[in-house]
Amino acid sequence: MTTDIDTTAPKYLRDKYAIIGIGETEYTRGSGVTTRKLATTAIRHAMADAGIKPGEIDGMMSYSGNDSVQSPMVASDLGIRLNFYTDIFGGGSSTENLVGLAIGAIEAGMCKTVVIFRSMNGYSEVRIGGTGARAQAPLGGDRLHNAAYGWFSAGQNFSQTFMRAMHDYNLKPEQLAKVKVAHSRHASQNPKAYYKNRMTVDDVLNSRMIVKPLHLLDCCVETDNGTAIIVTSVERAYDYRHTPARILGVVGRCCKPGNDITLHYQYGPISRVAAWYAKDLLWPNAGHGPEEMDATGSYDAFTFTTALQLQDYGFAPPGEIGDYLDSGAIQLGGERPNNTSGGHLCEVYTHGMNMVIENVRQLRGEVDDYCPVGPDGKRQHTYDYETPGPTEGACRQLKEVNLTANLGWAYPAAASALVMRKG
Amino acid sequence: MPVEGEYLGMHLQINDNDGENLTYFAHCADHEFHLQQCQSCKLLCYPPRTACPWCAEADFDWVPVEGKGTVHSYGEVHHAIQPALKEHAPYQILLVDLDTQKDQPEEFTSLRVAGNTATVEGELAPPDVVQQVGIGSRMRMVFKDVAPGLSLPMWTLDEEADQPDAPWRYPQE
Repeated sequence: MTTDIDTTAPKYLRDKYAIIGIGETEYTRGSGVTTRKLATTAIRHAMADAGIKPGEIDGMMSYSGNDSVQSPMVASDLGIRLNFYTDIFGGGSSTENLVGLAIGAIEAGMCKTVVIFRSMNGYSEVRIGGTGARAQAPLGGDRLHNAAYGWFSAGQNFSQTFMRAMHDYNLKPEQLAKVKVAHSRHASQNPKAYYKNRMTVDDVLNSRMIVKPLHLLDCCVETDNGTAIIVTSVERAYDYRHTPARILGVVGRCCKPGNDITLHYQYGPISRVAAWYAKDLLWPNAGHGPEEMDATGSYDAFTFTTALQLQDYGFAPPGEIGDYLDSGAIQLGGERPNNTSGGHLCEVYTHGMNMVIENVRQLRGEVDDYCPVGPDGKRQHTYDYETPGPTEGACRQLKEVNLTANLGWAYPAAASALVMRKG
Repeated sequence: MPVEGEYLGMHLQINDNDGENLTYFAHCADHEFHLQQCQSCKLLCYPPRTACPWCAEADFDWVPVEGKGTVHSYGEVHHAIQPALKEHAPYQILLVDLDTQKDQPEEFTSLRVAGNTATVEGELAPPDVVQQVGIGSRMRMVFKDVAPGLSLPMWTLDEEADQPDAPWRYPQE
């Protein structure tokens, strides 16, 4: 389609690992429990999903912004004796990165099966948007170059990238709004989604301005939730309950040059995001190019993050992402739906986990929509994307899905990614 | 004793061990703009760094740099987070390409200096001024004094410059 990257070189670890279990808590505002409880609940659900026993898990990883529980507490509650654990700092882009590092840990012989979790009271305790207690903290040193200008939240921090992208690519507000329209339609087919109402372009454009160019409905939801995924080697993966989602390629926090977090705007076109660099790792690692993907999970902290990543990973030619959005490609029934669960804009804010979980379910053919469950315990998918839930038969399962890509975003200058195939 | 001060309800501070930021903001407090120049490759860098991003050498000279440039991009905050900023909304956060070292050492790479759109006194600009500023606007640097040893660089419309007829602004006004 748009990349001339050679994806034919063999890679030693391609297709050798898989995701075998996925789990989540309810998605709420006001969980009423600790992040420790959210984590254990999500992991118990992932263990039940896989049909795996605590003694078969010996690795644990998590990520947080100092707003969550650490692995040893959670493992102890679940009777898991760890041979390996690592809790890292970070939000978006951590999921795909940790999948890669879990593969590395197993490959190095440090453990055999790893559960990755993210647990956050992102609405009731620590607001990622920076409101509440975090707005009161002293600002020191390097932060005087940004936060002192009232340049504080993610939306504020990314706004210059987004504005320049509109300027450089002639992107229109109506085109960005189509990301929200698509994801809200997907969320309408998802009983778990926090926001299930379908939105129109006008709904987005008429919502109040937060930080130009972001309207309220260009921004994601903030929620409380725990999420978990279990990674193991292909040799073990087929011992469990579901067909594994096999991992073809990963990228972990690939950066633009001069990525110093506070002011990463010195180098190159600022409308170009880290995906531009990550694509040269992702597609050769995976052995497939963007044109072969059946679905994407492009991180939608904002409508813009989905759009700019899709463009720079090569799903649209440079400068033509607006046309790709206009084409309806990212919507269920389109060429390559993005965030079929509703993503961060509508389903839940998990720092990337829910989009990986959704693609695992898509690859299994077992998306949890409003379709009836048959006598064999399997969902009888209707492929009716037009009728919204909660009407029975409202569907979001893709008919043909063999390859998916997850495109994680930390900020404009750092990106992670993950390509999976049906097992 | 660290340098510290209060600004719009925010507590700003620079620790004793942060020599790069102490020097940078001390020059700002004298209402002079200085950047680090690498003693080896002679390129300037922004913001303050501990080694040269172009050649990794650690030795710098602080040199005066003209505070003039062109708006590269902006964000405009309508929903402020910090309570003391709410009364100033909408306020603008600019990235200004300095004329010095523009598109150097590579195309599209520049010294992009952040700051709010401000009055000549360095106060956050009122809405009618904010509405005049967009990509392409010509700006000059002014300073907002916060504490001894700490002033913040800010950007005000350059009265003496040729301004574009219509700087690029977000299309839905």
